[in-house]
Amino acid sequence: MDVNKRIPVREQDPKVRATNFDEVCLGYDMEEAVNEASRCLGCKNAKCVSGCPVSIDIPGFIAQLKEGNVEGAFDVISESSALPAICGRVCPQESQCEGQCIRGIKGDPISIGKLERFTADWAKANGIKPKKSETVIDKKVAVIGSGPAGLTCAGDLAKLGYKVTIFEALHEAGGVLVYGIPEFRLPKEAVVKKEIENIKALGVEIETNAIVGKSVTIDGLFEEGFEAVFIGSGAGLPKFMGIPGEQANGVFSANEYLTRSNLMKAFDENSTTPIMRGKKVAVVGGGNVAMDAARTALRLGAETHIVYRRSEEELPARAEEVHHAKEEGVIFDLLTNPVEILTNEDGWVSGIRCIRMELGAPDASGRRRPEEVAGSEFDIDVDMVIMSLGTSPNPLISSTTEGLDINKRGCIVAEDNGSTSKDGVFAGGDAVTGAATVILAMGAGKAAAKGIHEYLQSK
Amino acid sequence: MYKILKKEILTDNIFLMDIEAHRVADNCLPGQFVIVRATEDGERIPLTICDYSREDGTVTIVFQVLGAGTHILSGLEAGEYIQDIVGPLGRASELTELPMDELSKKKILFVAGGVGTAPVYPQVKWLKEQGVDADVIVGAKSKNILILENEMKAVAGNLYITTDDGSYGAHGMVTSVIEKLVKEEGKKYDVCIAIGPMIMMKFVCKLTKELDLPTIVSLNPIMVDGTGMCGACRVSVGGEIKFACVDGPEFDGHLVDFDQAMKRQQLYKSAEGRAYLKEQEGASHHGGCGHCGGDE
Repeated sequence: MDVNKRIPVREQDPKVRATNFDEVCLGYDMEEAVNEASRCLGCKNAKCVSGCPVSIDIPGFIAQLKEGNVEGAFDVISESSALPAICGRVCPQESQCEGQCIRGIKGDPISIGKLERFTADWAKANGIKPKKSETVIDKKVAVIGSGPAGLTCAGDLAKLGYKVTIFEALHEAGGVLVYGIPEFRLPKEAVVKKEIENIKALGVEIETNAIVGKSVTIDGLFEEGFEAVFIGSGAGLPKFMGIPGEQANGVFSANEYLTRSNLMKAFDENSTTPIMRGKKVAVVGGGNVAMDAARTALRLGAETHIVYRRSEEELPARAEEVHHAKEEGVIFDLLTNPVEILTNEDGWVSGIRCIRMELGAPDASGRRRPEEVAGSEFDIDVDMVIMSLGTSPNPLISSTTEGLDINKRGCIVAEDNGSTSKDGVFAGGDAVTGAATVILAMGAGKAAAKGIHEYLQSK
Repeated sequence: MYKILKKEILTDNIFLMDIEAHRVADNCLPGQFVIVRATEDGERIPLTICDYSREDGTVTIVFQVLGAGTHILSGLEAGEYIQDIVGPLGRASELTELPMDELSKKKILFVAGGVGTAPVYPQVKWLKEQGVDADVIVGAKSKNILILENEMKAVAGNLYITTDDGSYGAHGMVTSVIEKLVKEEGKKYDVCIAIGPMIMMKFVCKLTKELDLPTIVSLNPIMVDGTGMCGACRVSVGGEIKFACVDGPEFDGHLVDFDQAMKRQQLYKSAEGRAYLKEQEGASHHGGCGHCGGDE
């Protein structure tokens, strides 16, 4: 075995998986996991830990795996993370833990994400659950939103002994893990539901169909006896380009498209809640959400194009997602920007008019600014367009909560410990940062749990 | 799970249900709506709140069977449970925000079409409770699909009923009643609130624009989450994109692009209709029903 090379992970064949919604990555088995773990140098001053937003003791859990003690490894991870099966699948490890790995200087970094996933999946398969707190603190905390920020915050507070209730707007718990990330990246029944059951096993209650700001207000929650509130309500309202034809039938936001496919199960042919199946689909945008939408459309039988105004280097999506999308047959139309959506006389999409772009001088984000090439308009023949351009914050909570400050982008203003301008109210995740990643939201949820604990202990 | 406390069959395919839903009942106001899911794998159906009781913790919904979801909902009985109800969603009627002294001076005309009578009723009732008598025009295709007549009579100032086929009340469209009231009887109104089929609202707005009568409409477009997340319910109002679920459902009718909104409403008619027909008629259905988009 070459210690500089990671143990490859088995994946479904791209041609096969392009036609199904089963998970792409098949994960390690025990032997593969132990072999990969044995490559870890067990650094004393481990850089990988500092790269992890929830500071998992990575060398600690890998040391257990080396010995074949998976349950021990799970206990180490559970001290820091309540959602390891999810993180092992969707974290951008290459820019976090694995990006810091010393092994990575000369060879491949340790496959930390795949080892975490193996550990969590093994624990589930063997019925091992995180341990419930033995201390009881007789104080109620309300958590708004059951996405990664909310689940993490709730889990950590429950472990400390607090009585935690999560309020979820949709009919199912999980937030973006359920409505946003597709089945083939994150299985709902086998992974997300089980992980949420683990959070419930810690004593957390989840009330679905409760929209804070509508069904109840934050002040109403305090009246109900909650002593602190965490807002983890997520990203918000989808953006559109404002180009002609955008209201045509067959133009979807990525949020709508993915919600219909994931939450409402439109990907399943037997679903009573179907979705329009395009023959040729253009997905506008280059982030992880755009990749998810494109790979979903592809699996539903469409020739699928990513239309992105910058070049491949600037694609904000994870390298692995771009790689998977290409392997499966998604066509990348880069340095291309839509200027108009073409429609037929019944108001349905018949094409998308684009203009070629070239990269100019770097802009404020440090990326080279895309500029239009005059006279280079051309049409792509499509019958469906999915806009994946990011989101703007949802005003439901900020507009109904007096004394809660928002910034000029509409995001809730919160300190590092999650505290906001309103006493007893904490916030974290996309509601604070704007659209970001699952693990950053979890990091914020974790920091806020600590902040809430300190707040309630000093009260 | 939420208990169905009462079920009434109003017409062949319009049903009324009282549902136990404390958070909705505690916080709702006229003009708002809920999203309902009949069963675990059912669609999310946006429905206007027709009535509510804060004491009993109940909300009343009225719905017409159109697709698979409403068909399944209509099959549930009192004592049984629906899977989900969430709300109140959307913004309350602007009337509820007016100061009392201003509200009491208002001359208000409601125009209700078909099942749109249900969302008009709580507004008229609420006004009555505030001591304001509003005039109400109710239009229906035919007598047998007229709903909530007695309830409306009890709360409206003047109630004018008209049917397309003349089987009850006046003979004709709601627009001819508006014309008659304003032009012939010289009635003056400060605001008109029109709720009903999109095509009715379009023609009411066309007329009230000529009459210089400010008009509010309530839109019920395709929706998924109802919290602003999906953007399916977007409508053009005065050239701007608005989301009916968080910016509406009520909008200035003179600014709504109805033609576009009607086109967008076709989007899922076929898909949902197909799912319904598949369940109802299986492979025996071969198109031509007007719902399923042919034999696709």
